[in-house]
Amino acid sequence: MGAVVALDTLLNERRVWKGQPGTQPAGSDQPTGLDALDRVLPGGGWPEAALSEILVAATGLGELRLLWPTLARLTASAERVVLVAPPHIPYPQAWQAAGVDLRWLALVEASGRDALWAAEQCLRSGSCGAVLCWPQQADDRALRRLQVAAETGQTLAFAYRPLEAALNPSPAALRIAVDGQPAQLRVLKCRGGLAPAAPIALAR
Amino acid sequence: MRWACILLPQLALDGVLRAHPDPEAPLALVSGTPQRRVLRALNPAAKALGLRPGQSLSAAHALTRDFALVEHDPAQIERWEQLLAAWAYGFSSQVSLRYPRCLLLEVESSFALFGPWPRFEARLRRELAALGFRHRIVAAPNPVAARMLANACDGLAVTSQEELRDALGRLPVDRAGLDRDAATAFVRMGLRNLGQVLALPRDTLARRFPAEVLRHLDSLLGERPLALECYRPPDEFDLRIELNFEVESHQALLFPLRRLTADLAAFLASRDSGVQRFSLHLEHRDLADTLVPVGLLSAEREAAMLFELARGRLEQLQVPAPVRAFRLQARDLPAFVPERRELFDERPQQSLPWEQLRERLRARLGDAAVHGLAARADHRPERAWQLDGASPSPPLPSGATRPGWLLREPLVLRDGSVRILAGPERIESGWWDGADLRRDYYLVQTRCGQRGWAFRAVGGEGPLLLHGWFA
Repeated sequence: MGAVVALDTLLNERRVWKGQPGTQPAGSDQPTGLDALDRVLPGGGWPEAALSEILVAATGLGELRLLWPTLARLTASAERVVLVAPPHIPYPQAWQAAGVDLRWLALVEASGRDALWAAEQCLRSGSCGAVLCWPQQADDRALRRLQVAAETGQTLAFAYRPLEAALNPSPAALRIAVDGQPAQLRVLKCRGGLAPAAPIALAR
Repeated sequence: MRWACILLPQLALDGVLRAHPDPEAPLALVSGTPQRRVLRALNPAAKALGLRPGQSLSAAHALTRDFALVEHDPAQIERWEQLLAAWAYGFSSQVSLRYPRCLLLEVESSFALFGPWPRFEARLRRELAALGFRHRIVAAPNPVAARMLANACDGLAVTSQEELRDALGRLPVDRAGLDRDAATAFVRMGLRNLGQVLALPRDTLARRFPAEVLRHLDSLLGERPLALECYRPPDEFDLRIELNFEVESHQALLFPLRRLTADLAAFLASRDSGVQRFSLHLEHRDLADTLVPVGLLSAEREAAMLFELARGRLEQLQVPAPVRAFRLQARDLPAFVPERRELFDERPQQSLPWEQLRERLRARLGDAAVHGLAARADHRPERAWQLDGASPSPPLPSGATRPGWLLREPLVLRDGSVRILAGPERIESGWWDGADLRRDYYLVQTRCGQRGWAFRAVGGEGPLLLHGWFA
């Protein structure tokens, strides 16, 4: 016999899908900074201590600006943000203009499996506020490791992946696709809620 | 009670065994000329085979050949003594190596720090056992008495002068450190223990024996102070482990590495310093030593962390030839500043501080793999950023926006694949340092909606070069 679990607990943990949009919690601990996105996400923001996937068709569609408000908020409260193997050089002036405090930004150079290892170490350590990574060939197992590491270290994890990966299932708690034409966000999956059908326009 | 004597009866054997992968297997230390090799010391397993110290090697081989042989090395013993003195220095500022295979340390002034003697003694024994050295500990009001009582006892703690007289009185004459002739003479006179000697009239002793005998008795009773030379810790750490066989994989080096880093940590703790940089030397038969430098960003001294970092470096290494000896050298020993921890930490219990995480990443990925980013006051995009900026300069006031990503190498854009949305913004700079740059930058959009930052040299006609993404 299983243990008796209060229904409220399950609902609050968002492990049971209710089939209808629940009442939104007033403000999350990790708002995305985009009101329209916050409104449709189950927790009112990024899923905490979990992996979020950002799927982009190509570089330059606004995928960094999606995170900048969050990174600005984290670095302002002296939380470290680590970029593991970023594909290009972060242009400091642009990041500063977005409000990111560069003193709290760390870059890790690695490739292939080392990059996944480094991302996992950073997530697991619990000494980072957010870890961004760009896995090249991430299989289901690698993503699950990142997800578990994010849970262990109570850290926000973001993985940028190509849009084609949307076809495969993923253990990430949240999957957002960034479209270029028209500029919009589509929430493909959000744990604990129903993914909204309508896309969210992304201002350019 | 002021002085403690830590006697190390099997220093040579312990020193060998603690670096040995299988200390339970029969092992013997041998010394002597090539013609006559003699067993010096044996571990219990070897004794169980019927071997005895003092036996000649040929006699031992007649009994059995199932034991390992290690050459007795006096230089090695001195190294262990130095290491242990460094360790003891963590407990007392007065440590002496006056007697061989023995540490003398003044303990009374350390009671405030390490608690009363029984607790202090327990701690000494615990740490010695962890370091792998068998020992006898005796405390007495003066160093000579402590040393001589350790010949016969273990765990004795004498506090007062009367007790000392009592304890010395029971000490057999031949173990009291008297010179051999005098001791034999006393025994022949029927004097078995030191009490009987001390009961003799002083002037008769003075008449019949050399002056050293009386002097020694006086120092035993503490009536004649002994000038001890105190140990001064060296300013660098250098320890070498000779491997008993040639090692080809770094896996097999992990065991000696754990020993070396633990010794280094003990040494650092005693000096109250940390280590910023150390190097591992792998000694080969014919080749020059392989050097594995381990650099840390901040001074550390925790054994587990030092091991972890050194291991990360070692695992990266391709060993070019079999390794015969392994050595750890640390010269840079700055003062240790304990890391600051938040009182109310929101993170989970197992959280690893950023400094340690950074070290772990650097150990596996290389020293340059982890860095920060800073803006530089320069209009040229290539020079607008720097890694690990010591003093980030304030960004230049610029009306124009900059892209979030800057490409390392500008990329040629095919004609017609992009639409120019805005521009040009002219960047003209660098005439003073030779890296002259005159470019017109445009905000461009590709067919699928990507926004890029592309340039063309001023007056040039060629294709646009993509330099960044407004991601």
